[in-house]
Amino acid sequence: MTAPLTGARLRERRLVLGLRQADLAQEAGISASYLNLIEHGRRNVTAEVLARLAAALGVETEALTGASSGALAEELRAAAGAFPEATAEIARLDDFASRFPGWAALVAALHGRAATLERAVAALNDRLGHDPHLSAALHELLSALSGVRATSAILVETEDLSPDWQRRFHLNLHKDSERLADGAGALVAYLDRSATAPEAGIAAPQDELEAWLSVRGWHLPEVETGNLAAVQAAVQTIGSAAARQLAEAHLARVAADAVALPLGPFSAALAELGPDPARLAARFSAGVLSVMRRIALMPGAEAGLVLCDASGTLLFRKPARGFTLPRFAAACPLWPLFSALARPGMAVQALLDTPPPAGARFHALAFCEAELPFGFQGPDLRTAAMLILPAPGVPGPALPVGSTCRICPRDACPARREISILGTVVERGFDSGANSV
Amino acid sequence: MAQRVLLIEDEPNIAEAIGFILRRDGWEVMHLSGGDGAAEAARRLMPRLVILDHMLPGMSGLDVLASLRGDPVTAALPVLMLTAKGLPRDREAAVKAGATRFMTKPFSNAEILAEVRALAGRD
Repeated sequence: MTAPLTGARLRERRLVLGLRQADLAQEAGISASYLNLIEHGRRNVTAEVLARLAAALGVETEALTGASSGALAEELRAAAGAFPEATAEIARLDDFASRFPGWAALVAALHGRAATLERAVAALNDRLGHDPHLSAALHELLSALSGVRATSAILVETEDLSPDWQRRFHLNLHKDSERLADGAGALVAYLDRSATAPEAGIAAPQDELEAWLSVRGWHLPEVETGNLAAVQAAVQTIGSAAARQLAEAHLARVAADAVALPLGPFSAALAELGPDPARLAARFSAGVLSVMRRIALMPGAEAGLVLCDASGTLLFRKPARGFTLPRFAAACPLWPLFSALARPGMAVQALLDTPPPAGARFHALAFCEAELPFGFQGPDLRTAAMLILPAPGVPGPALPVGSTCRICPRDACPARREISILGTVVERGFDSGANSV
Repeated sequence: MAQRVLLIEDEPNIAEAIGFILRRDGWEVMHLSGGDGAAEAARRLMPRLVILDHMLPGMSGLDVLASLRGDPVTAALPVLMLTAKGLPRDREAAVKAGATRFMTKPFSNAEILAEVRALAGRD
């Protein structure tokens, strides 16, 4: 029999990605009914099938078997961070997850669902408050309605109304009712146009795209063979129109990367020169950001990649194992990504240590490219990228960084924006390990 | 002598309806259809109270209110603010700017009459 937790985790991960059992089963090469039995803990699952399921879900096998509680622990920390008033015993998190794995998975899943719903509510609130068309359309309707209500009340309640006034108010009523009809028609047409079906505002488009890419191992093999039609067809299966648009833009970028940096020669050059984006870019006469994207999105690549714009908003997040990327909150300001953002064209690299207890070492390479779409008159548009390469055992001073303040235990960090809900850790000191190359 | 109300409202049908109701209740109603020059008009006419729409062409209702409150002559004038928006932040902005009372469209004739009477101390 499958351990009940494996099935529950499988199911939870599948639901987080918004996949149907049939989708996942097909991806993993098993029948949907078999998957159903596995998810309910009623069938054994071989190591091979489990590995295929894990690959299809974009997670390590251990994340499904519970051999490693890293991902679950992160989600539980995030859940505790969302409800600090509950004063969850963070220090005993591992104890909780190992003694009550089912309950722990449930807490994590409920937190994920709550976060999705909160985002949907925020999107809908935002819409009323910040959508000028909607606001103007409602104002028009309410104004016309006010006129109708006041005028009709006068007509009904004033017994001695003179014929002149009666005519006048009837005319006003007619004008306002016409206006009401036009306004209602315009509002319905606007809502029809803008409602991208029930999924509108439910999941952030970026999350949708990243989940879609994660299921595919972040690599689109069809692009290498120039079979763009096959990927474009797959893009159409993504839930929301906004995410499909992001996917198409991503597809165009990786297709251009594949042409500029053909997989075979690029793999050979990567083996020869190592993951140095500047040297690889020079070898292929390509852009540094293209090379960084190519390194991170190679088949089976362990490297993580994060991109941001000049506002610091994360545009793309491919996590490296052990390097958590924030989903909702702003990222750790100590990331070399932001140093690079301030200095376009300069290479920034640093060894990074993620926070204890699961802390790991990474080599981060960051670079920023600027464009001038407004010419010399206007502001430059910047995109910064940070490649996150696992660097276990690499010696030397490293910069202690985190994911986002709320779930980072580095209490004494000078860059802290808000207090952490986690316990304090004693730091060796915050000496910057960042250097230009 | 009839007490004077200054009505600043750009929607002609609403202005006509409010004007009609108030005149029947014994008020003298002066009407302006935009915010420009409204504060000066209030200073000149010295009404018993002002009914002020939130969204006006030209100077907005909030700007007019700020002008009224900034002038010692009109600083204490009761102002009933009207708006088609029921959003809490608009209400907060109106209260912060010094609106005496606040009413959200669509209102009933009885409600507006009751507010006007209350503001003039006639109820």
